[in-house]
Amino acid sequence: MELWFSEFHAPNVKHSLRVNKHLYSGVSDYQQIDIFDTPEFGKVLTLEGKVMLTERDEFIYDEMITHVPMAVHPNVLDILVIGAGDGGVVKELTRYHSVRRIDLIEMDPQVVEVCRTYLPENASQLDDERVHIHYGNALRFIRRCSEEYDLIIVDSTDPFGPSEGLFTREFYASCCNALREDGIMVNQQGSPFYSHDAEAMQRSHKRIVSTFPISRIYQAHIPTYAAGYWLFGFASKKYHPIDDLDAKRWLSLGLKTKYYTTRLHVGSFYLPAFLEEMLMEVENAE
Amino acid sequence: MKKTVLDQRRAPIYEALERFRQMRVVPFDVPGHKHGRGNPELTAFLGERCVGVDVNSMKPLDNLCHPISVIREAEELASDAFGASHAFLMVGGTTSSVQSMILSVCKRGDEIILPRNVHRSVINALVLCGAVPVYVNPEVEQRLGISLGMRRSQVEKAVREHPRAVAVLVNNPTYYGVCSDLKAIVKIAHDAGMLCLVDEAHGTHLYFGENMPISAMAAGADISAVSMHKSGGSLTQSSLLLTGPGVSTGHVRQIINLTQTTSGSYLLMSSLDISRRNLALRGKTVFSRVVEMAEYAREEINAIGGYDAFGKEIINGDSIYDFDATKLSVHTRDIGLAGIEVYDILREEYDIQIEFGDIGNILAYLSMGDRPQELERLVSALADIRRRYRKDSSGLLSQEYIDPTVVCSPQEAFYAEKTSVPIENSAGHVCSEFVMCYPPGIPILAPGERITTQILDYIKYAKSKGCSLTGPEDPEILNLNVLTRGI
Repeated sequence: MELWFSEFHAPNVKHSLRVNKHLYSGVSDYQQIDIFDTPEFGKVLTLEGKVMLTERDEFIYDEMITHVPMAVHPNVLDILVIGAGDGGVVKELTRYHSVRRIDLIEMDPQVVEVCRTYLPENASQLDDERVHIHYGNALRFIRRCSEEYDLIIVDSTDPFGPSEGLFTREFYASCCNALREDGIMVNQQGSPFYSHDAEAMQRSHKRIVSTFPISRIYQAHIPTYAAGYWLFGFASKKYHPIDDLDAKRWLSLGLKTKYYTTRLHVGSFYLPAFLEEMLMEVENAE
Repeated sequence: MKKTVLDQRRAPIYEALERFRQMRVVPFDVPGHKHGRGNPELTAFLGERCVGVDVNSMKPLDNLCHPISVIREAEELASDAFGASHAFLMVGGTTSSVQSMILSVCKRGDEIILPRNVHRSVINALVLCGAVPVYVNPEVEQRLGISLGMRRSQVEKAVREHPRAVAVLVNNPTYYGVCSDLKAIVKIAHDAGMLCLVDEAHGTHLYFGENMPISAMAAGADISAVSMHKSGGSLTQSSLLLTGPGVSTGHVRQIINLTQTTSGSYLLMSSLDISRRNLALRGKTVFSRVVEMAEYAREEINAIGGYDAFGKEIINGDSIYDFDATKLSVHTRDIGLAGIEVYDILREEYDIQIEFGDIGNILAYLSMGDRPQELERLVSALADIRRRYRKDSSGLLSQEYIDPTVVCSPQEAFYAEKTSVPIENSAGHVCSEFVMCYPPGIPILAPGERITTQILDYIKYAKSKGCSLTGPEDPEILNLNVLTRGI
């Protein structure tokens, strides 16, 4: 018997993973949640039929969305993480002893529960005493914050479902307002490869550019995401992602990573020509 | 006489169309696209299921001009659901419902008592039939700058001064959700031998929600025009005309058939049928959710500061006899922006389209299709707009009620010999056309009214703030048509 999980990466492109066992399937108030056990990627979390993380490649995403800003900002004390109910991002962040507080705002408590049960490794640091989990709408939560955070990490699902509100001007503006004067916001920016994703990426990049004084895109290779090619947004009020990278300080922390290095940090901001062109198009429009 | 209770789970037009679909009838009749086959591009765009039921009247599907089977049953179910004696399915928008309502009771020279903040379709109907408007000054809430309902004493006064008027027309509610004391006004009208007509373009949900302002039929009004496609959820341009026990359905049907199409759209009619079923079966729950969302949004918007998302607290027992809590109106003047400016910023910068913005307010239309996450977007966008654009609010004009001077009937003015004059030189002349801000579509000037400098100042200001002004023959509104022989 062959059992496969398939996901459309584009209307005419399908990505499939062989499945050993369908471990969990449930519908929360917001979305369909599934956990699969797969031979190649280990346990896989999907939301609405889309891969969110796999045990095999989650390190790439989690390291790139956390260490890049952490190696730039000299003194991150208070962090807000949006989405990320699987705990992967929090796991990386708690490795920094200097961090004082991590607020996590997740819409769906059921995602956290399911991850605690099926992906205990990933969710292991959600109980760190610095971590405060808030359940609710992120837009509502952040509207009430003003100059409270040094770093905001937006670990959302794609912009075509319940996370749509996290790709809007009103959301980025609220993030900007919630950051201290030298704060940084990092968000997942989707993939630039298939046209549907690329247009969404351009739209949200445009909104970030018009909100933050500094806004750059960086990339990583993530096998289970569309085209295996993923982007992150680095938006900041003061620090430049390359000029203000303090490699020495970061290396002195002695954090062991599997994907991130300070050399890759710089390299990840060097983008292919077609992508530069896409970004210029919206940056110039501003 | 109490009717037998009908089964609101039925939807006769929808059911007939499903039967029709299964019969695979060969069409040698109109429409010429023949279930979409002849127009593949249209079919690809709208979908086969949709164009497949875009069909003509025929025996199994009844005929809107003279309903005897499934349309008639659908009308009976609708009248039962709305507590009316009869309900007419309408396919020309609520404009056609309003016009049929007025044409059914007014003829040339008849007086009709109405508030000035009526929709243009009401005055258009007066152009058609030649009736003369007697305007009741709707009070204006000074701070918010919105027109309110009619006070009982003002209606009494108008009835006393114009005892031969044939009807009183009431907005229930206004665009902003303000209701007059409808029950009392019905009584005043009936006691004087007049009919009471109600424009319920924004009132479909009043028939189904709990703790809502009273609906026209429940208040004993004679005819009501109900925009099912607004809060009722049916397709754009579908509407209902309801009548009470004292109105001849045969006569109203004749009036409707004067102007309504003989090719009634089954897409529109089935949408009315299915929406009525939904409202009758689930309306109570649906609208309690809408009210809950609106109340939540009001709280959140008021917590931002500077905005005033007003609600039931504005009720004053007379000109605001009741308030429709599903309406989310926000007064924006205190953050230094005109409502129309906030309306434009929301669309241009936040991709949020709201219903309208006027001089002092915006209105976000909440309905059965809304979800909390989109409300969060609206609230957050308003918070950001305040952060980015807040300025001193002095110098912003508030919306004043401008009492119109009616010189002649709208019909007389509309058809009279006219001259085009530059707008700045038009003060003192009698206007022969409409000028209105759209939406909400309430005329600033109507045919037959004297143009004043106060009105011209208002038009100039509304234009400068980006209001979309419509109505005059000259689309730029640099010129106005006025009566050649000034009266």
